[in-house]
Amino acid sequence: MIKRALALTVALLLVWMMFDMLINWNAPKDLSGVAREYVEKEPHQLGAVNVVTAIVVTYRGFDTLGEVTVLFLAATGVAVLLSRRKKEPKPGKKKYRPASEFLNTGTHLLSPFIVMFGAYIFLNGHLSPGGGFQGGAVIASGVLFLFLVFPNFKLNHLALNWLESTAGASYVLVGILGLLLAAGFLDNRFLPLGHYGALLSAGAIPVIYTFIGLKVGTELSGILENLKN
Amino acid sequence: MKLMIGFAIIIMGVGIWGLLTRRNLIKIVLSLSIAETGLQVLMISIGYIKGRTAPILDSVVGITDAVHKVVDPVPQALVLTAIVIGVAVDALMLSYVIRLFAKKKSLDISDYRDMKW
Amino acid sequence: MTEILLILLGIGMVGAAIMAVHLKNLVAAAVAGGIVSLFASVVYVVLAAPDVAMTEAAIGAGLSTAIFLYAIKKTREQEVEHD
Repeated sequence: MIKRALALTVALLLVWMMFDMLINWNAPKDLSGVAREYVEKEPHQLGAVNVVTAIVVTYRGFDTLGEVTVLFLAATGVAVLLSRRKKEPKPGKKKYRPASEFLNTGTHLLSPFIVMFGAYIFLNGHLSPGGGFQGGAVIASGVLFLFLVFPNFKLNHLALNWLESTAGASYVLVGILGLLLAAGFLDNRFLPLGHYGALLSAGAIPVIYTFIGLKVGTELSGILENLKN
Repeated sequence: MKLMIGFAIIIMGVGIWGLLTRRNLIKIVLSLSIAETGLQVLMISIGYIKGRTAPILDSVVGITDAVHKVVDPVPQALVLTAIVIGVAVDALMLSYVIRLFAKKKSLDISDYRDMKW
Repeated sequence: MTEILLILLGIGMVGAAIMAVHLKNLVAAAVAGGIVSLFASVVYVVLAAPDVAMTEAAIGAGLSTAIFLYAIKKTREQEVEHD
């Protein structure tokens, strides 16, 4: 009882602290400082229509590189923690209840299009909402559909690992090319900026987001497969 | 957007309360992910400016006057990365839970006292 | 108009969060956690953040719920085996 009251006090203290901040908070009327710079100069500097993409890939590219590293480490951790259990004897191949007619037909019909839509999202990341992370997650949800319908479905680990490590290495390589040929690490301007608003524009941003999309898609699929088995 | 900040703070409070009082390991991870969602809504609400549109400078918004027409893009970029890291950390915590369960066949946190000082 | 929509979504989110913390049934709690993320993605669309809304809908509401359900299934399946 005392523990519960203590927990309630801590939670209420946190809420009270933040409400105090909320009462004294004034809604911004205009963009401030760095955001203003980004929105004003981004179209001329980098040529991406979607400002969020430009910030994620280029202005704060180091942040994204660190994030991809965290994602990779988490996926590796999941694989290490859950793969040891395979040594324990398994009572043969488990019998699963077959998936319902709707799920079965829907998956056969839709899963290629879901993967294609994921690729569309990360190729158009600099033009429309979306990008590598969203596209990778959509590809992983296509793989999740396959797992739901075919419970004994196995991913090709060799191809998956190869794709993942190649995408990660190419991402860093593109960053180093930016360092050598343009202004700094992960600079996208070593490729021509092209026509503002075209599919092949904004320098290296579509290339970087394609690598991020492949890497995120394969990693999330790997996490799902490890948790499934 | 003060209204949404208020709701986000309440959701964070609910998540923290669940984190401190629940005894089931999976519930603890779920409470943490709910507190995280509250934090993300809070950050997006701070970046919102009333009457403005998304920071995508297509032909409707136009490049020249964009500064007075779009919301703050920086919190959006931060939240984008936070969500992806969040799900990866959730998966890592849940695989720890599965390993712990394989050891002691229990999801109750009070059964794991041997690592407590 | 947007204020009314946001109030409804906020009440839904708080309700789903309380359900996720309090429900005894783990599967129902995980689904309630997914509903919090789903409403959050609608809130992001209203607050002019379509990029974040896509991420939240695909990852928070989709993959995260699936990961929780897989973990619940694994911990339950073994309990039955060893009883």
